[in-house]
Amino acid sequence: MVEPYDIFEYDVLIVGAGGAGLRAAISAKEAGCSVGVICKSLLGKAHTVMAEGGVAAALANMSSPDGAKEPDGWEVHFVDTMKGGAFLNNWRTVEIFTKEAPERVLELEQYGAVFDRTPEGAIAQRPFGGHKYRRLNHVGDRTGLELIRTLQDKAVGTGMNVHMEVTLTKLLLNDGRVVGAFGYYRETGKLVVFKAKAVVLATGGWGRMYRFTSNSWEGTGDGLMMAYEAGAELLDMEMIQFHPTGMIWPPSMRGILVTEGVRGEGGFLKNKNGERFMFNEDYTPALYKGQFAEEPEEGLRWLEDKKNNRRPPELLPRDVVSRAVYREVQAGRGCEHGGVYLDVTHRGAGYILKKLPSMHEQFHALGNLDITKEPMEVYPTVHYTMGGVRVSPEECATTVPGLYAAGEVAAGLHGANRLGGNSLSDIMVFGKRAGDAAAAFAKTQNSHGTIDESQIETELNTLLDPLTATEGENPYAIHQELQEEMQKNCMIAKTEEGLTHCLETIISLQGRAKRLKMSGGRIFNPGWHAARDVRFMLRTSEVITRCALLRKESRGAQWRIDYDHLDNEYWGKHNLISQKDGDAVKIEARLLDPLPPHLKVLFEETK
Amino acid sequence: MEKVTIKVFRGTPEEGEISTYETPTFPGMVVLDAIHYIQQNLEPSLACRWNCKAAKCGSCSAEVNGHPKLMCKSSIEEYPSGEITVTPLKTFPLVKDLVTDVSWNYRVSSRIPPLVPKPDAAGKPFNMQQIDVERVQEFRKCIECFLCQDVCHILREHDRTDAFYGPRQMVKLASLDMHPMDNLDRKESIKNDGGVGYCNITKCCTEVCPEHIHITDNAIIPLKERIADEYYDPIQGLLRKIGIIKRTTKQPFDSVPNEQTTVHSAR
Repeated sequence: MVEPYDIFEYDVLIVGAGGAGLRAAISAKEAGCSVGVICKSLLGKAHTVMAEGGVAAALANMSSPDGAKEPDGWEVHFVDTMKGGAFLNNWRTVEIFTKEAPERVLELEQYGAVFDRTPEGAIAQRPFGGHKYRRLNHVGDRTGLELIRTLQDKAVGTGMNVHMEVTLTKLLLNDGRVVGAFGYYRETGKLVVFKAKAVVLATGGWGRMYRFTSNSWEGTGDGLMMAYEAGAELLDMEMIQFHPTGMIWPPSMRGILVTEGVRGEGGFLKNKNGERFMFNEDYTPALYKGQFAEEPEEGLRWLEDKKNNRRPPELLPRDVVSRAVYREVQAGRGCEHGGVYLDVTHRGAGYILKKLPSMHEQFHALGNLDITKEPMEVYPTVHYTMGGVRVSPEECATTVPGLYAAGEVAAGLHGANRLGGNSLSDIMVFGKRAGDAAAAFAKTQNSHGTIDESQIETELNTLLDPLTATEGENPYAIHQELQEEMQKNCMIAKTEEGLTHCLETIISLQGRAKRLKMSGGRIFNPGWHAARDVRFMLRTSEVITRCALLRKESRGAQWRIDYDHLDNEYWGKHNLISQKDGDAVKIEARLLDPLPPHLKVLFEETK
Repeated sequence: MEKVTIKVFRGTPEEGEISTYETPTFPGMVVLDAIHYIQQNLEPSLACRWNCKAAKCGSCSAEVNGHPKLMCKSSIEEYPSGEITVTPLKTFPLVKDLVTDVSWNYRVSSRIPPLVPKPDAAGKPFNMQQIDVERVQEFRKCIECFLCQDVCHILREHDRTDAFYGPRQMVKLASLDMHPMDNLDRKESIKNDGGVGYCNITKCCTEVCPEHIHITDNAIIPLKERIADEYYDPIQGLLRKIGIIKRTTKQPFDSVPNEQTTVHSAR
């Protein structure tokens, strides 16, 4: 007998209230559906709020000093995104994305977002890693805040039910279809069931299994694992993005993000000898040879004249820059605290305060450092997950009927490495599409599916056993051990030996995590919440590690130092698909769709 | 300082007390680090909110030695005595330990309609100059930490949540009212629903704002002036009557349908 629980019924249930979830909610409501939105935190605190640099969309608003417009367009954005993702991306997803991103950004302005302006009065765009032209529409360095607040206000103004501080742990199935979700209120620990005709998963990424990450406590892989448990296929799980510039000092701030906008606004990366090491030609991959400045002087001229000079190599994609930073530190050329220097002082205090105000505040308040006068110390930090739930490009449908996914939890757009700024446009383009598709699906359903109490009972036992157990382990201790192991052996540079060790540790921790114990009651008890989270994280880590072991090559974020080459013959043509198979993980390499001629030709045209 | 003494309120609305913990220190340590240390090593059930730990999300609001602060932005070094007391926001109903029920703020916020673009700007890219949006951009820096709501004496001492939206929502109203493309006549709502007249400009809200928004000077006072011009200035009233000052061409506030949004909290 299950204890009593609240029941809410919606046409469309949106799980997650970051940019993707809120955009989906707006669409589903505008399509005439009743909508419930689940926030794990308070409304507006989701990870979107931490995005800084900008939202990528080829609006082509920027001109050179002679007045000529930069010839940007979806085609160039397409080529940049595919190259940045090392061609592991789903081309159709990228095509839809680059075509629709400008429309979504302009729509955001109609909703109330206030972007920085060009002298002509249009939305201002800044350069960013891997983007050929200035393409990041921005508000200083707090673009994510602008985006989430705008979508939050619009969503609330559109009319829906928002459930704050609810943690969902289980998708409920009926006859293979998703019919709802189960979880608890964080505030009271009481249980709640949401019945829905369609569910949109927009739960973001997972980085908390690493010691140093820019992710908040929420990034535990719970949404991903709910989909996995429901039978959904996962894609590219080995692809974890290491952002090249995380804070490294003071220790309290280790892992916190320093926006790529610093480099976009002309920041230098330097080693302890003062060399701009990105100009070391070994660091520029063959794919990008000849497209970046080869001398620092050209990089300096580019700041003023973007038409006649090439971008500095600090603006190579994130995977490339992260590897270079790692190599500099390994070679003994790192700074005092084990990172490298990021220096923007040459841009002058006035410019920095205008364009990078929150970076200035962040270092001033938390790092006791004035970035207008001194260089920052940075090192790669776990930032983003390119992998996730496999979805159809047009409808964001997962392989489970009734379940849709959008944003970071979904996979396919970014391939092996995401370009900065593409995530904010991702969540709007595919948030809208997921909301539309879920609403259309909900309308084909005459009634809500039946809830199977036995599914709730099983999950409830898993949830409550740490509180009733007489003995067991502390989930925080297991979490810390997992973080140390992942940080050591599943980080930026991977080996067979390290990954094997990592997998063994994870499996042993999974055994120990079967018996957890936590004190305190159910009212807002973070220790109890941690117990469920650590189980999600362990399974997610297992899938990541297994995939990283299987992909015996280096591509994008996956850098195997024992297979330090691109294998275009085999791995360049295959994605790894993971799926639940009883208690085991089934992983298969599946052939990618080849690029169709109308997109292949773009690589010739935009050279 | 190798160790710091953290006194934290532990309890529920029914009962509670200050508990004392000792935590080790490390360079750059902030109060939130100390709370995390306690959670992970001493008292796992200690409740607090946090997300970004970089002063961007506004979740970890609390009162540190009696001052409303973001715990992630309160350096241990600011408290050389080595003793720090952390208590929940006083203005909002307690849930447990450092967590309070702030859902009222969201319910109020949902009564403020979002931007309604002017007819000639609807559906196409806005043309706006940087200088014209700068003031609005200042307001939009707000991270909704609700420290200003916590310190506002209309809400804190007089409990007038029925009459005054509070500084956070004044900032939101100002960001819409001063948006060059907004076409909604919000004055009556600012006066009657928002209760802008209740603010008596003590500037406490401005002092605690972690985003350094000039809440009183740049948001509330201009809103008050607009209301005074519209409703209380006899000369302007006369000039309006005889047509020298044109009446607003913005669309009336109640022309926007009030969509039913419910913000649930568990209790």
